[in-house]
Amino acid sequence: MRIALTSLGLLLAIGTVPGVAEEIGDAERGATLFARQCAACHQIGDGAVNRVGPQLNRLFGRRAGNAEGFTYSKSMARMGADGLTWTLQTLDAYIENPKALVSGTRMNYRGMKDPEDRAALMAFLRDWSDKPRDIPEAEPTARKTNPDLSPEILAMEGDRDYGEYLSSECRTCHQADGSDQGIPSITNWPAEDFVVAMHAYKQKLRPHPVMQMMAGRLNDEEIAALAAYFATLD
Amino acid sequence: MKLNRRHFIGTGLVASAILTAPTVWGQAKAKVVVIGGGAGGATAARYIAKDSEGAVEVTLVEANPVYTTCFFSNLYLGGFRDFESLQHGYETLAGGGVTVINDMATAVDRAAKTVTLASGAVLPYDRLVLSPGIDFKDGSVPGWSADAHAEIMPHAYKAGPQTQLLKAQIEAMPEGGVFAMIAPPNPYRCPPGPYERISMVAHVLKERNPTAKIIVADPKENFSKKALFEEGWAKHYAGMIDWIGPDFGGGNVEVRPDTMEVVIDGEVTKVDCCNVIPGQMAGKIAALAGVTDEAGWAPVDPASMKSKMDENVWVLGDSSAQGDMPKSGFSANSQAKVAAMAIRGELTGSRTFPAKYSNTCWSLIAPEDGVKVGASYEPTPEKIASVESFVSATGEDAALRKATYEESLGWYAGITADMFG
Ligand SMILES: Cc1cc2nc3c(=O)[nH]c(=O)nc-3n(C[C@H](O)[C@H](O)[C@H](O)COP(=O)(O)OP(=O)(O)OC[C@H]3O[C@@H](n4cnc5c(N)ncnc54)[C@H](O)[C@@H]3O)c2cc1C
Ligand code: HEC
Ligand code: HEC
Repeated sequence: MRIALTSLGLLLAIGTVPGVAEEIGDAERGATLFARQCAACHQIGDGAVNRVGPQLNRLFGRRAGNAEGFTYSKSMARMGADGLTWTLQTLDAYIENPKALVSGTRMNYRGMKDPEDRAALMAFLRDWSDKPRDIPEAEPTARKTNPDLSPEILAMEGDRDYGEYLSSECRTCHQADGSDQGIPSITNWPAEDFVVAMHAYKQKLRPHPVMQMMAGRLNDEEIAALAAYFATLD
Repeated sequence: MKLNRRHFIGTGLVASAILTAPTVWGQAKAKVVVIGGGAGGATAARYIAKDSEGAVEVTLVEANPVYTTCFFSNLYLGGFRDFESLQHGYETLAGGGVTVINDMATAVDRAAKTVTLASGAVLPYDRLVLSPGIDFKDGSVPGWSADAHAEIMPHAYKAGPQTQLLKAQIEAMPEGGVFAMIAPPNPYRCPPGPYERISMVAHVLKERNPTAKIIVADPKENFSKKALFEEGWAKHYAGMIDWIGPDFGGGNVEVRPDTMEVVIDGEVTKVDCCNVIPGQMAGKIAALAGVTDEAGWAPVDPASMKSKMDENVWVLGDSSAQGDMPKSGFSANSQAKVAAMAIRGELTGSRTFPAKYSNTCWSLIAPEDGVKVGASYEPTPEKIASVESFVSATGEDAALRKATYEESLGWYAGITADMFG
């Protein structure tokens, strides 16, 4: 959980570091990583077609779930319809932990934890995008921590009772018994994924106005409280 | 089956059973009576009973044995839902520790802390929750009264037989006929409701009776999601809908049920179906209880939904005057959870937390073309105030509109499960 949150902090930092014009990362190393970790399912480059996963040409700026002729998971299609677009930030979050950004994604890939590896991979993906020069260059590792997500906050014990009260607001839309009829289920989630997903809405990495608003007004303590409550539901 | 249910269901037995309740159950158990088993009342009753785990005796008084949701009743008019899908019984609630009495509350004695029912039964309470929805203001539309004319010109603004009647009338319109709506003045329940209804009527007529016309007489300059509705009407129902705002006399109306005529700014139009949505006020029992103001609504404390007139009474949902929240099922459900927490805190000493409220209203404009508006709210000393809000944008693509519609189906399933268990 700590790793995931720290990197969300980093992602935020990308947008706020002014004028750092370094390379995103080492594209050559990225090509090797792609061949090892992605190529089994994805093609990229001249003549790339959909395989197990969609082709990844012109990825930056592309709406999620929009490669022609590919059948996506419900979750990815929903995020795309909500407006999720592949940028440095969203892509970094997806590759790091696919399910934290798109919970029901069918991409069966456990995630790439090392930020430098991800930076290299993105530099490679960017070479196969439209107008790679226009895609902002900034070192994702330029900032190490985000003050809002300090270890003390991350280690915070959630107040379960408070979480139970706060969760009553969620039940108007998310059914308590976990059924999913147009709004995804949020019961039986591991606490880490839950916290990451809520912060992803709060920081507007995940699109969706309702959830951005719901998460936006919850402070770290309240998100921890909700996580503590949902973690004890069976 | 729970012992208390066997005692309380039915009418004849109720009075004696309840009056003897203290000796049966012991003096210590605190009593909450909830009047109105709708979005606010059912939720409050359920949450107090569920979370107090038997420490509070909760009695729900509801006039109808089955609740028909107003939400999605427009989708029924449009042919997207069947009537049964709008109906919800109270069995699960009763099984969950709430005593459900199907009767009309006719009086509240706040000094004696009792509620009197039509059957004559008298229910004592420690805390009273009123969530009786709305009633119509007499004389708000000249020529129309609910008692005399609702069968000819239905309001369909309390869902049930009125909704079925309106649907039958729409479907029986002659070819090329005229549908009229008299839209209500502010404030009223469900701000986008009349306009979602117009969309659904237009959808039905476009399929069955494409030369028919729709006129809307509206006393309001502006209404909820107006830009979105206007865009949708132009796109799906071009030339069908004539919206007459106050600048063109939409606020100067009279109806003539006997001759099926509508008079707008002096001009008489013969109509085939007329939906009159009159001006509104708090459900009558709120006024009978003496907790309403001169405008006809019940002022409440923004932090708890407690009545400003009586510290033992709460007013939820449409009947309350609380500030910025629209009168919606979502709002009533949200307010009920704050109230349930506050009431439990007072009666059992359970922990209380700062109130948070929210609302989202979805509307369907055409098949798979859904839009939404919503906001979050927090109490200030003066009122419940809007903190942050969002609304669908014009020009959104079809995939997003479809996702929005599907989300509304999820919400309907969610809120009805949250109300009735
Ligand atoms: C056409 C239409 C569409 C709508 N669409 C939406 C929507 O999409 N989303 C949304 O959030 N809201 C919607 N609403 C609004 C929503 O229905 C109301 O705001 C909501 O039901 C209010 O809840 P309430 O608890 O205040 O009242 P209600 O839900 O109306 O419940 C009041 C209950 O009290 C009972 N009652 C009243 N007086 C007494 C008495 N004296 N004794 C015993 N019982 C009594 C009534 O029988 C009723 O069951 C819509 C409304 C309409 C008319
Ligand atoms: C086991 C197969 C598999 C592996 C390995 C895999 N992916 Fe995927 N990927 C998929 C599938 C399947 C989807 C479609 C996901 C969905 O519909 O939810 C997908 C979707 C994506 C998308 C979204 C594309 C779009 O059109 O929205 C991106 C970006 C992506 N993968 C990148 C990667 C990268 C980079 C790697 C290597 C680090 C990788 N994937 C590894 C199977 C895989
Ligand atoms: C107004 C309805 C509504 C309310 C209230 C609401 N949500 Fe959501 N929630 C949604 C919708 C719609 C989605 C799907 C959003 C998307 O496509 O990203 C969602 C998605 C989520 C997700 C991600 C699920 C997934 O599979 O990706 C989480 C986690 C979540 N909500 C938590 C909460 C919590 C916690 C609360 C209460 C504090 C809450 N929600 C309140 C409507 C709501």
